[in-house]
Amino acid sequence: MVLERSRTGVTPVASGVPDAAIDEPRPELETIPDAAGSVSIALAQFYPRLGDVTANLAAHLTIIAGAAATGARLVVFPELSLTGYFLKDQVPEVALALEAPEVGALRDASRVGGIDIVAGLILESERHYFYNASLYISGGEVVHVHRKVYLPTYGLFDEQRYVAAGDQFRAFDAPLGQNTERHWRAGILICEDLWHPSAAALLARQGVDLIICPSASPGRGLLQGEAVGTASSYDVMTRTYAQLFTTYVLYCNRSGFEDGVGFWGGSRVVDPVGAVVAEVHGSQESVLFHSLERSAVRRARVAYPLLRDERNDVNDAETDRLRRRHTRG
Amino acid sequence: MSTTPRPIDSDAGTLAVDAAFVIELLRGFIADGVRKVGFERVIVGLSGGVDSSLVTALAVSSLGADNVVAVFMPYRSSDPQSQIDALAVSDSLGITAEIIDITPEVDAYFDRFPDADRTRRGNKMARERMSILYDHSMAERALVLGTSNKTELLLGYGTLFGDMASALNPIGDLYKTQVYALARALSLPQSVLTKPPSADLWVGQSDEDELGMRYAVVDEVLHLLVDERRSRAEVIARGFDAADVDAIVARVRGSQYKRRPPVIAKLSNRTIDREFRYPRDWGR
Repeated sequence: MVLERSRTGVTPVASGVPDAAIDEPRPELETIPDAAGSVSIALAQFYPRLGDVTANLAAHLTIIAGAAATGARLVVFPELSLTGYFLKDQVPEVALALEAPEVGALRDASRVGGIDIVAGLILESERHYFYNASLYISGGEVVHVHRKVYLPTYGLFDEQRYVAAGDQFRAFDAPLGQNTERHWRAGILICEDLWHPSAAALLARQGVDLIICPSASPGRGLLQGEAVGTASSYDVMTRTYAQLFTTYVLYCNRSGFEDGVGFWGGSRVVDPVGAVVAEVHGSQESVLFHSLERSAVRRARVAYPLLRDERNDVNDAETDRLRRRHTRG
Repeated sequence: MSTTPRPIDSDAGTLAVDAAFVIELLRGFIADGVRKVGFERVIVGLSGGVDSSLVTALAVSSLGADNVVAVFMPYRSSDPQSQIDALAVSDSLGITAEIIDITPEVDAYFDRFPDADRTRRGNKMARERMSILYDHSMAERALVLGTSNKTELLLGYGTLFGDMASALNPIGDLYKTQVYALARALSLPQSVLTKPPSADLWVGQSDEDELGMRYAVVDEVLHLLVDERRSRAEVIARGFDAADVDAIVARVRGSQYKRRPPVIAKLSNRTIDREFRYPRDWGR
């Protein structure tokens, strides 16, 4: 693991199956024809400069251009990638509106590079509420905005003091550079959102093939067997959601330190049967490339028709019953 | 006074650290913290004890020997073994420790206050060393690394604005027994690992005698109280002596002021550190 700052460049990490990361049995499948090809994506495990949107935007544009040049159709940046994480009173100072020129620069980069972008920022509303948000940008437009719903305010986190909570988990069609024969349905969960399974379940119910999770997860835990306990939690969550919702999970964590807190990296791609198919081993700045296979989604759902069998009617009825009881109570 | 050398470590038990992970993180912490404020080098007060030896070793591992300035600052009553150990550490790390004897200035000061007790004298020595480190920090363009461990910080077993002063502290979240475990993992000289811990502010001083408890006990109790947030009753139910637990709790509470910046009288609507909250890495 390398935790040193290196903003001079990013290290491409070839995608591939990590040696010891897969302990799930692969389903035994007969060969099924490719459904609609593949699409190359990139996860930018990036070290933002705290509070310096100008410098971070410039670094984004460099990484975006580099990813586009390799043929990637999507590049994902971590949570709050344009601003850094432990902003405290800087939140209103670094906030951007959707119409901000910095967002415009990312829109231009997506159009020019033919590459979709997920980037994190403090998003200011017309009412001057500030959200921890990630934008999905494609073809020169902001296609989707996810405002983080679950704001951790415990332990070393203090988000509710500084930002407003979102109230939606919405799936959207991810154009992926307008290059795929069949569209991909995607949803975004930012870091702590992932710790609430109902959020992933709501996206799954909307038919996502792709859960994108930008993250700013601090590494902590120093005891034997506990080391990077947080990493272990994200390992379990990303593999479990991918498998249970038969969807790809793109987990993009950040790099670097803020006020002595180190972010542990470990960005990864988990396939729709819950196997880790690409991973950054460590916290160093790097860009991870991987090719998403449409056929992998199909094969997973042939082998495990969990979504087909999901009893939304039972879920709704029971939820309604609980709501009525709650209302009466 | 306990003089029997015995290992104080945490290779087993509830405080066993994942040394490889922690060392790697701390190497990154030092390099990042130093460079993001525009420095390349660090300076450490190397006493020959395990804390400053570990910090020096981590700094060399992180930044390279050329970027680490070690200063050994003895007083005339310092244990001769301290210098032997400090030089053994610096030799083993491929650096040269500068030796600055603080006896002239400390004695000159107390010539005017001959009745000062040994605590005042010890505090003065700690602050004299801090003053020298910060002066050399400027001269060497080297950031001051702290060497206070979590046990000392929680118990308040350090001199405010003395050995507690630093820009970056790599070991402030490690208990004393964990410091030993890392020092062993980095193969520090044997004498550093086995001699009884001492601030060496007066002849025969021993941490464990002063605290009235062994570090192995103190660390376990602190870990239960602080990290696991166990109640006093829960800790005692695990077999720890009630008087020891109460003494530890009292020390932690009583020394809280040492772990906080000075109190500022609240007047405006935006008082520093109350409503005026920026990260230390603001703009870094």
